[in-house]
Formats: sequence, structure tokens, C-alpha cells
Amino acid sequence: MPNRHSPDVVIIGAGVVGAACAYYAARSGLTVAVVDRGPVAGGTTGAGEGNLLVSDKEAGPELDLALLSTRLWRELSAALPPETEYEPKGGVVVASDEPALKALRSFAEDQRAAGVTAAEIPADRLAELEPHLAPGLAGGFHYPQDAQVQPAQAAARLLAASGAALHLGEEVTAVLRGPSGAVRGVRTARRELLAPAVVNAAGTWGGEVARLAGAHLPVLPRRGFVLVTEPLPRVVRHKVYAADYIADVASGSAALQSSAVVEGTPGGPVLIGATRERVGFDRSLSTEALRRLAAQAAALFPVLAGVQVLRAYHGFRPYLPDHLPAIGADPRVPGLLHACGHEGAGIGLAPATGVLVAAALTGAEPPLDPAPFRPERDYGPADPVPPQEQQS
Amino acid sequence: MTTSPSDPAEAAGLAIVGAGPAGLAAAVTAASLGLPVTLLDAGARPGGQYYRHPDPALGAERPHVLHHDWAAFAGREAELRAHERAGRIRHLPGRQVWSVTGSGTDWTVHSRTEDTAGEPVRARAVLLATGAYERQLPFPGWTLPGVVGAGGAQAMLKGGLVLPGRRVVVAGSGPLLLAVAASLAAAGARVPAVVEAAGYGPYARHTGTLLRNPAKLAEGALYGGALLRHRVRPLLRHAVVEAHGTGRVEAVTVARLDRDWRPVPGTGRRVPCDALAVGHGLVPELSLATALGCATRTAADGTVALVLTPGLRTSVPGIWSAGETGGVGGARLALVEGEIAALSVAGRPVPAGLARRRERLRAFADAMGAAHRPGPGWTGWLREETAVCRCEEVPAGRVREAVEELGATDARTVKLLTRAGMGWCQGRMCGPAVAALAGDGPAPDRRPLACPVRLGQLAELPAD
Amino acid sequence: MSRRTPRALVGGAPQETFTFRFDDREIPAAAGQTVAAALWGAGVLAWRTTRGTGEPRGVFCGIGQCFDCLVTVDGAPNRRACLVPARPGGLVTSQEGTGHDDLAV
Repeated sequence: MPNRHSPDVVIIGAGVVGAACAYYAARSGLTVAVVDRGPVAGGTTGAGEGNLLVSDKEAGPELDLALLSTRLWRELSAALPPETEYEPKGGVVVASDEPALKALRSFAEDQRAAGVTAAEIPADRLAELEPHLAPGLAGGFHYPQDAQVQPAQAAARLLAASGAALHLGEEVTAVLRGPSGAVRGVRTARRELLAPAVVNAAGTWGGEVARLAGAHLPVLPRRGFVLVTEPLPRVVRHKVYAADYIADVASGSAALQSSAVVEGTPGGPVLIGATRERVGFDRSLSTEALRRLAAQAAALFPVLAGVQVLRAYHGFRPYLPDHLPAIGADPRVPGLLHACGHEGAGIGLAPATGVLVAAALTGAEPPLDPAPFRPERDYGPADPVPPQEQQS
Repeated sequence: MTTSPSDPAEAAGLAIVGAGPAGLAAAVTAASLGLPVTLLDAGARPGGQYYRHPDPALGAERPHVLHHDWAAFAGREAELRAHERAGRIRHLPGRQVWSVTGSGTDWTVHSRTEDTAGEPVRARAVLLATGAYERQLPFPGWTLPGVVGAGGAQAMLKGGLVLPGRRVVVAGSGPLLLAVAASLAAAGARVPAVVEAAGYGPYARHTGTLLRNPAKLAEGALYGGALLRHRVRPLLRHAVVEAHGTGRVEAVTVARLDRDWRPVPGTGRRVPCDALAVGHGLVPELSLATALGCATRTAADGTVALVLTPGLRTSVPGIWSAGETGGVGGARLALVEGEIAALSVAGRPVPAGLARRRERLRAFADAMGAAHRPGPGWTGWLREETAVCRCEEVPAGRVREAVEELGATDARTVKLLTRAGMGWCQGRMCGPAVAALAGDGPAPDRRPLACPVRLGQLAELPAD
Repeated sequence: MSRRTPRALVGGAPQETFTFRFDDREIPAAAGQTVAAALWGAGVLAWRTTRGTGEPRGVFCGIGQCFDCLVTVDGAPNRRACLVPARPGGLVTSQEGTGHDDLAV
């Protein structure tokens, strides 16, 4: 029986998406509890680089979500403490040859129509933006809206600012449902948290949480690696990556493929991590992934070949087969909402996701059309996944 | 096993990482059983940290005076050289192994030298004999020059014939302290105090174990005798709670500890010195093992050690481990385990006497480890501004904030929120302290790269 | 009675002695010593400052694990002084911060 201590909403997941949902739900006047089987930022958030990118997204619903998030992150940076390390540093996407530049140009044209700021940088002016870039590139684009945060801090500070009751180290063992099938809370080993709404922000484990609630959400994990160098002064100013125009044989189409993103951090190290890979890029054993990231980074910034890599880590990006997140109420289970499946873009997309979830909880008008993200949509077939990835 | 004779890399049956007591004993035993061995070691000379000795160019006539049981090393080193000459062991010194990849009977050991990439070593089986490093607990002033690891002071003396100062306080916990104090004193340092955080009371509960290990007793008596000659008596249940100085250590404050290692207020006294050698026992170096997924356990001394079978197999088929990685136990145990592991890899039975010897030494190590396990009160000597992580200069207050206010419930999350453990040493120096402040039990290392690797070297790995 | 020293303890003599340059001074070293050992022998305990607070640092762990003894050797930054052998005529430079200030943009 809900009492006056019961929250209005229980959020499962203390990663950055759950934290943003908690923050915006609390700002909408709701009382919030957040449950996670681990600590704050213990899953994919803690393994992320903190990319807030619009540059890598083609025009479409996800880009709209990213653009909304870009505005929200700017607001949040004023509200959250400096440890969040929000840096509106901008992105630079380079092309190694003319065909790639041409493809990048048309990609950017579509993005501009959707509201992205993208300025073409001729080859001879790339060095002004990034003095250590390799010579001989065909040109590139500057995306001033790309930004960065320290992901674990961002999640922790959003949670702290939300005032949500935190239940960490408590795994949800059941999603409680009433006789009508509506959600009425969750159970952990230590307590029952009763609430009329439950948000599934469990990231890579979102599929399992959905199953506990009697819903189906085909969230799949995809491994991604990050290399971390020794501490350096500012060597790389922006988020920098290369775009290549590659043919996708399976689909008979062609797509822009991104290289590793190279960037400096306020902490000192340069981070090298892959942005989302949609065409079977990141499906290999670790040394091959390390080699590829290192080779791409050294190709962009030859000076990095001589620095030491101190650390490598991997995380599992939660993705849905159509590569869009699931956000909003699940009509199959009244009271259940989802906020997961953000793949490699969860940090960036978190605030907009939080705003959409808060709107769904309160019945407010959402700032953008949530229909493309509705959880009950037809996701289409999953990407073929090789056995080694399934094991990892 | 099918090997291609045209590929010499395939010739390595067993790759051994580490040429300390365990790796060295394993190498010579395996070679004598007919296994082709590749022995990779970070050091320039075999022996590891325990049998660290000067470069021959330093011309030491009596390197053995700095060692206990030098003969055990000298004999095996001679065997190693003989096997090398006969082509049964390929010894690769100066190799820092950063990763082991593969599965079953097909392994690749990736290494680097100080300056270059080492060619990958292929092997059918791998023995991890990666030893240990010193457990450090931070205190105010511990980053001052002249504050060095107790094992570090010992290593610099054994390898470089140098001292950090003329008056060296030795502090921390564990049997190593007596050995270090004795060596430093013999080499000419004054040792104003040996400060041991544990009482020796817990030893009394294990008198049986001690009596079954007469060699260990003799070793203790030896160091004790050496110390008495230099008029040094260990101060039990005390700790250095602060180092003072400008630019270098000039004095330390020594305070009495309660049963939980909490400093007792009002008991501090200042001891002038120009160096402090400090350490709290050893921590198994498990980066390669945990990256491979080897199962771990919490040992009696509170560190994380590998789960091993009596044949010293790890939980990962094809990976064996011997020595400190299975729980800190000293050189004598490591020599025994190296031998057992080699027999096990070769599919030979382990003689009952050898197995018994291992059990006896392990029991002794566990008793010592439990006696010197840091008490929970040690964090009482930290101040908010005391750097916990030396590399990233993260103060204790920031770690506490992450735990108390930001939802960090373990060392990994503290690291993500504060950068403690993200620097050059990857948490080797601050790991035990951060775990203690997080209220977390010791967690296995997660270091997919066991040591730094030049980015260009990773970029030049052979493509799949 | 002769003074107790590490050398007196182990006896013998180095095959060769030489000096290397450390900032603006010459440091005597023996063949087979590391840079750190030679610096200790000359009474030098610190040769780098940290990138955060600018604190002086030198050898801490002594076995290549803590990376506190990083130093620039013959122009190459971030070498572990406790592992790098001293070399006749070598140039050892004390190091500030990351050791890579030359790369800053």
C-alpha cells in the first residue's frame, strides 16, 4: 500500500540516463527513488568517454534528440558543479580523400537542414584548429555543438541534484504488478518500493528488466573499447575523428563510417574510443580492437604514436536492432516506462531522454515528437552477431 | 600438439612470465623435464625482487651478504644458464609483458622492452609468476622525497648499492621490515626506529605453525640478531602517522596504535631522520591473470590472490601460476611452487614431500599474513588533504566525498569519480587505501594492460 | 675501523666509473647502476615535480611499479629512473608536470 513515503516513480538504473530521468522527474515535482544493483555509473556510463555528439548523427529522430540534449547539457552545465567537466569544445571530422570529403559534405548538408551548425574547413586551415593533425588530409568539418562531460561525475551530480532516494547495491528481483497488470513498484532483496510508475533505465540490462515487468525489449550488448594515454598537456583541442565513405555490402548501400574519436580531457589523458559502429566494426578480440583504435589515432595525430597508453577498458553498449533508443511509456504494461538502448550515445542523449520521460510521467507536452522512440515499435531484425561477441 | 617446424615461435611449449624465485624454479624444472621454455622477465637479471642483485659491472664480490639463502638462487641460476646454452630455455630479460591472449593450448604473450616492442611469444601453456609489489597505506607527508617503500629501499640497496639517507626509520608492518632494517644497518645506515603496526601477539596463536617452519624461525632470529647488534628494537603497535620536512623528509611522528590500528591521541613523538622506509607487506601482481579471467580469492593478509588447484592451475585452462600470485608467502614457498607448477604443466605427479612442504609454508604465510593484516582504524591517521593517490594527487577528502555524497560504493567507482588510481601506476600504490576508504573489500585488479605500452606499438600489432 | 657502507659490505669495485649530466651538475656513477641509484649516491632524492601541485618526487617503490621516479633521459620524458641504466656522458633532466610541455597547443 503506497504511503506518504512512497515515491511517485522508481527508476531502475543509476547510470547517466537514469540520473537524467531522476533529475527531470524531480524538477517536474515528482518524488523519485533510484535503484541500482551496483554503484552510481557502474555500467556503460562508467565505461564511456562522455561524448555529447551531434556530428556523428545523420538527420533524423536521433539527431533531433541529440540537438535537444545539446541545449539541455548547456543549461545543466550552469546548474551542476564544475567537477562535471562540461566542455563545449566542438568536434572536427576530417576526410582523408576527396570522395570521403564529398560524402561528408552531403552528410553535413542534411544535418544543417536539421539544425546542426557545421562549417567546412579546407585542408590548408585544419592545422589552425588542430596543430598536430596529420598532413595530407582532404579537408573536414567543424561542429561547434559537439561537447564533452566526465560521465561518472555527470551521473553522480545529476543524481545528487535530483534529491532522489538512492538504493545502490540493490538488485531489482521483481517488478510488482497489480491485478489489472499495472505496475505498482519493485522488489529488491532489502525492500519493496511501491510507486505507480517504474522507469527501466537499466542500459545493457534493459532487456532483463523489461522481462521482469512482463514486457519485451530486444536490448543487445555491443562491446566498445577505450584507450587512455599518459597525462598530456592539451595536445588535441576538439573531439576529432575521421569519416570514411564505405560500402556496406550486406545492405547494398553505402554509409559514412567513423574512425576512433580522439580527444583531450581536463584530467590530462587523451581518450581514444570508437563512436557508434553500425556496420560490423567492433566485433573482434581485444588486441585487434586495441590495434585498430591505436592505428586510427596515430594516423590522425602522428605525435601520439610516441606516447604511452596506460589503460584500456571496455564497456557494453546497449543497442536496439534499429539503433534508436526506447523512450517513454510501454502501452503493454501500464505504469512501465523505458529509457534505454542508447548505444554509444547515452551520455549525450541522457538529458533529452530525461525530459521525454518526465513529460510522459506528468502528461506534459513533450518538447519533440517521441513517436520514433516508442518502446512497442517494430524493431526489425537484429544485426547478425558473431559467436565471439555473444560470449563476451 | 601440432607445431609447424618452420615457425620457431611455436617451439615454446611453456611461456613463463617472471624470473623471480617461482618463475626461475619453474623454468629449470620444466626444462629438465624436456619442455621447451621461454622465460620472460622485466628484470635485466633473473632473481626477481627477492634475489635482486647488482649488475656484474658493479663488481660486488659478496652479493650474497644482502640475501638470505643465496645458494638457492645461485644453484638455479647456474641451471638456467646451462639450459640456455643447451637451447632448452629461451631467457628474455628486460621484457615487460602487457597482455596474454589466447585460449586452451594456443597463447600469445605480448611484451615490450624499455624502448621497443618485443616479438609476441607463442606457447601451449603459460605460467604466471608475476610476483608482488609493496602494499602502501598513505599518511600525511608520504609523498615527501626520502619517504620510500621498505622494499624499495631494499631493492635500491641490493641492486644499486645505495641508501636513501644516513638515518633511516623503518616502518609499516610485516616480516620484511626486520630484513630491511638489518640490511640498511649492515650497509651503514643508522636506524633510529623500526616501527611495526602489528603486535607479535597474534604469532603466539600460531606457535605450532611457527615450530613446523624452523627455517623461517632461524631467518627471524638472524634478522633479530643483526638488529640487536645495531641496537635496533622493533617498536610494536606503533605507526609513522606523519612525515615532516620541506623538500625532503626531516622527521617522522610515531604514534601508538590501538587494537584496530587507530592512532592513540597524545602518543605521538617526533623522530628525526633523513629517510623513511615504509611498507605494509606485499600485494600479488595479478593484472595479467585477472585480464585472462582467472578466479581470485581474498587471502589471509587481506589482499586478493589467485584461486589455484594443488597443481597450481588457475581457473583458466592452460594458465598456471606460482609464487606470490597465489597469496604472498615468500621466496622459499615460491621456489617450491615453481617446481610443482612445472611438474603439473608437464603432466608429472607431484612428490608428496613437495606438496607437504608447500602446505606447511602456505600455513605459515597465512598465519603471518593474518597477523599483519591492516586494522580498519589506520584511516584515522589520514587528513582530508592527505594525497591518497600519488599519481593523480587525489586527497582523502575527495575520496570520502565520492563515497559519502556521490554514491560510490566500491573502489572502481571512486576511481571514476575522483581519478584515484587512474594515473601512471594504475592504482598499485593507492588501491588498498582507496578500497578501505570505499568500505569495499579488496577487489581484483582490472588492468587489461599490465604495463604502459607505446601507442605506436599497439598500432603496429599484426592485424587479424 | 672502516666506515660501514654498501660497498664495504659487498666488497669489490665497479668495472668503470663515469659521470653523467643532471641539469647543471655532474653526477658520478658506476657501471651497472641505474640513474636513480647514481642520483641517490649523490644525495639527490627528487628529480621531478608533479603536474597538479608541483610537489617534488623521486624514487618511491624502487622496482618500476609506482612511476614516481619519472625523469627525462637524453630528451625522452617519463623514463623510470629506477630502471634506466646510467650511461657515461648521458643527459638527465629533471622533469616538470607531464614531461610533454613541448606538445602543448
